[in-house]
Amino acid sequence: MTATPTRPADAPPSAGPTPAARLATVLRLRELPVTIALIALVTVTYLANPLFLSSQGVKDLLLNSTIVIILAVGQALVIITRNVDLSVGSILGLVAFSTGTLFATVPGIPIVVVLLAGMALGALLGAINGLLVTVAKVPALVITLGTLYIYRGLNNAWAGGTQYFAGDRPDAFGALSVDTVAGFPLITLIALLVVAVVAIYMVGTRPGRDLYAIGSDPDAAKLFGIPVARRVFLAFLTNGVLAGIAGVLYASRFNSVGATTGTGLELDVVAAAVVGGVAIFGGSGTVVGAALGAILLTTITSALTALRVDKFWQQAIVGVLILAAIIIDRIAAVRTAKKLRLSEARDV
Amino acid sequence: MEFIRNRTGTGTGTTVRRLLTFTALTAAVALAATGCAADGGGTAGAGDGSDLSITFIPKQLNNPYTDVVLGGGETGAEEAGFGATEVVGPLEASASSQVSFINAETQAGTSVIVIAANDPDAVGPALEEARSAGAKIVAFDSDTAPQYRDVFISQVVAKDVALIQIELMSEQIGGSGEIAILSATANATNQNEWIKFIEEELESNPDYADITLVTKVYGDDDDTKSFQEAQGLLQAYPNLKGIISPTTVGIAATARYLSTSQYKGQVALTGLGLPNEMRPFVKDGTVSAFALWDPAQLGYVAAFAGKALADGTITGAEGDTFEAGELGEREVGADGIVIVGPPTTFTSENIDDYDF
Repeated sequence: MTATPTRPADAPPSAGPTPAARLATVLRLRELPVTIALIALVTVTYLANPLFLSSQGVKDLLLNSTIVIILAVGQALVIITRNVDLSVGSILGLVAFSTGTLFATVPGIPIVVVLLAGMALGALLGAINGLLVTVAKVPALVITLGTLYIYRGLNNAWAGGTQYFAGDRPDAFGALSVDTVAGFPLITLIALLVVAVVAIYMVGTRPGRDLYAIGSDPDAAKLFGIPVARRVFLAFLTNGVLAGIAGVLYASRFNSVGATTGTGLELDVVAAAVVGGVAIFGGSGTVVGAALGAILLTTITSALTALRVDKFWQQAIVGVLILAAIIIDRIAAVRTAKKLRLSEARDV
Repeated sequence: MEFIRNRTGTGTGTTVRRLLTFTALTAAVALAATGCAADGGGTAGAGDGSDLSITFIPKQLNNPYTDVVLGGGETGAEEAGFGATEVVGPLEASASSQVSFINAETQAGTSVIVIAANDPDAVGPALEEARSAGAKIVAFDSDTAPQYRDVFISQVVAKDVALIQIELMSEQIGGSGEIAILSATANATNQNEWIKFIEEELESNPDYADITLVTKVYGDDDDTKSFQEAQGLLQAYPNLKGIISPTTVGIAATARYLSTSQYKGQVALTGLGLPNEMRPFVKDGTVSAFALWDPAQLGYVAAFAGKALADGTITGAEGDTFEAGELGEREVGADGIVIVGPPTTFTSENIDDYDF
């Protein structure tokens, strides 16, 4: 669990990439703790119950994490800018219900059209969040807590007691979460594509890097000439689009969509991002880490059941993981600050 | 902006749909009423019921389940010989929303009011007034406080619900093997009562001696959670032969999982489900039989109970009996409760006869 360099002074200051330095870089990776935890969890569970990694078992693990992965990637974008979006569960619910409605009321509608419609609705809801946060300048926690209830209210008003079931949707749509390519269910492949695209965007593009700058220090970012409001809006918009995709895939995977679909999901998603090494105060973390955090949290549920551990322990374990992630993050931050102080003192 | 337009669009759609449903319902009622009236006129001599009127006040209109109950009620009212049948009620199931409808019925001098109370006490004073004006009160589906009504028509006996589930399971797994229960929340009153009866039956009935209940898990009536619980069950208990899910959410989620996994057809599933929700899984062979009460019978019996009360055949005292049309005799039990039961079993043969 000690992913942070134990003695930062050891790392040669700006030397070439010696093997030791490379190792130090790997050890500093924020994704490392969650990766190790995931591997350990899967190994232990497999040894205790080999069925855990049967082909059906692996498929279930992947399917379970798919929707949370997509949501966690979007949430990571927002958290990196030192914001948070608590309305994702409600966005997912609205999109999932509209997906059910589309299939039920427009017979023969192509799946791609439904997916695009879901993304558009998600974008719209995400844009509302983004606008409120950037224009009203009220903390995102409050704004999105508000939209959480507004979106859920809309869903309640629209759906009422109506529910759409798997039988109302075309078989090909449901097959997205049944059929596999090289062992990966199709919707999981979509999730992995999302992770890859967003990860590349975050590492390789100017707006992607800007998000980190904004999260590290919004005022400095503004002084530096970064269009803070536009970038934050973009993060919320993207998060909405991703929640839209997740909503459509939810309708493919699960049986019923209705007024309460996705309730409470937002906390799982924030937890996944934090456990995956996305600092809750913004500025650091990666979407790959968030995705790994999502896999870890959903895998724990399955593992505990496969090990026949009492269900009530699960939440406690998730809580411990969140605390561990935050403590690791804090230690890393303190060390980095100390190291920076030392190196800058030396350079003077 | 776009969103708002969007919302208005669907909103209008819903309103139109509601209006249509409402019009259709009203038309149906009117038809039924005129049909009855004509009938009453035709067989005038026997028409002791033609001047009797019955009004159903459901929890709310436009609820698919309630529509089936009311459909049964209208049939029952016609067969019982009521001169006029009406369905009125609020669009939302709030505690006080039924009061104004009850008052209107009192003023209209309706003979029998059949009500599914949204709140056992909120409707009390209005019902008392209706009774003092001579109306008979039948509660159905959801009871009022006992002092406000003459009889309560209840779906089923808790024990019957438990017994039919274990019976169906035993049939499907050939009377032996490991089974598990996937319930709603850990503290759900209904489910826990049924599970208790299932456990007692497994212990005491020699027919079920070879069946072992290995675990009970809780999906919290949440689709996602129930889904994962079903997966976990199959991994944790490789020899599992069947799952009983005494909750409509749980059975549907489990069926969805089974039908998309390698366990389809290998692991039996039964419990309490809604035919509309379970239809695809019955058709694709994931589920062979499940149970629930038939909501139409609830309305049907309520109408006959209302007739018997209005005629003075019964007073709602324990031990009173009345004829409920084709369903035969029903007896008023303790606290004025009439049981419709037994639960109905749905299989591929009869599932298409039900729409709820």
